[in-house]
Amino acid sequence: MNTTGLDPRGPRFAAVLTTIVFVVVLLTGSGWLALAQAVIFAIGAYDPRRTPYGLVYRHLVAPRLAPPAEREDPAPVRFAQTVGLVFAVVAAAGYLSGATVLGVIFAAFALVAAFLNGFFGLCLGCEAYLLIRRLRGSGGPTAA
Amino acid sequence: MAAVTYLVLAVLAAATVAGLLYRARYGRLRVSAGDLQRPPLPTGLLPPGAADGVVLLHFTSATCAPCRQVKAVCADLVQTLPGVRHVEVDADAHLDAVKSLDIWRLPTLLIVDRGGRIARRTVGVPDRSELRRTVTEVMAA
Repeated sequence: MNTTGLDPRGPRFAAVLTTIVFVVVLLTGSGWLALAQAVIFAIGAYDPRRTPYGLVYRHLVAPRLAPPAEREDPAPVRFAQTVGLVFAVVAAAGYLSGATVLGVIFAAFALVAAFLNGFFGLCLGCEAYLLIRRLRGSGGPTAA
Repeated sequence: MAAVTYLVLAVLAAATVAGLLYRARYGRLRVSAGDLQRPPLPTGLLPPGAADGVVLLHFTSATCAPCRQVKAVCADLVQTLPGVRHVEVDADAHLDAVKSLDIWRLPTLLIVDRGGRIARRTVGVPDRSELRRTVTEVMAA
């Protein structure tokens, strides 16, 4: 078995926790909490296993579960974390600069993405990636 | 309750509806009206000797997690059903084909018949037994 890939349940677990964080961000209007989530996304964009959520999953949750039937490539998860990072940064900037509406809009989008990923397994990267590539126009490969 | 509480509830309700619709359609093999009008696929996209059987043309990308599951489902079918071939197409490297074949999401799997026409397509991971049944139908057609 390939032990270098990610246990696919780890990112789902992280997405559920991220959902809770964005609910709290919206209810409290805390730009600092959005910023903290942005830092977590930034770590996840580098290595999803090193985020606090990844560590909790690995040390507290995974040992209580059966080993994963298959492991997945971390590249899609890192891409999704990068997208999350952009949304969390804009949300934090909005709240902290007083542009609250901007903060609310981006926090709400981030909430939808995390919720659909965590509860329905929807891979937003897969849904949006090709759309973005197509809308960019050119037929040839470009630096993503 | 504050307006923002209603907003959170509304967002979660809308996302739940979207998630349920997504799940209901995910991986379903369907006949697309656009594919019925479409001329046979260019030979460049298909492996040599494609006319001898059915080709599972699988559009994939490095950033797509479920693409690996589609690969496993297809590999399983290819091993047990003679005359079926699985070809992975990197969507990034074939953006022109992605556009001309009306592909918007990944993973997209096209079932291509002996004549090079798209008989069925699906977005997501198809059910193993449904894929087997459908491919058998397309081979017999």
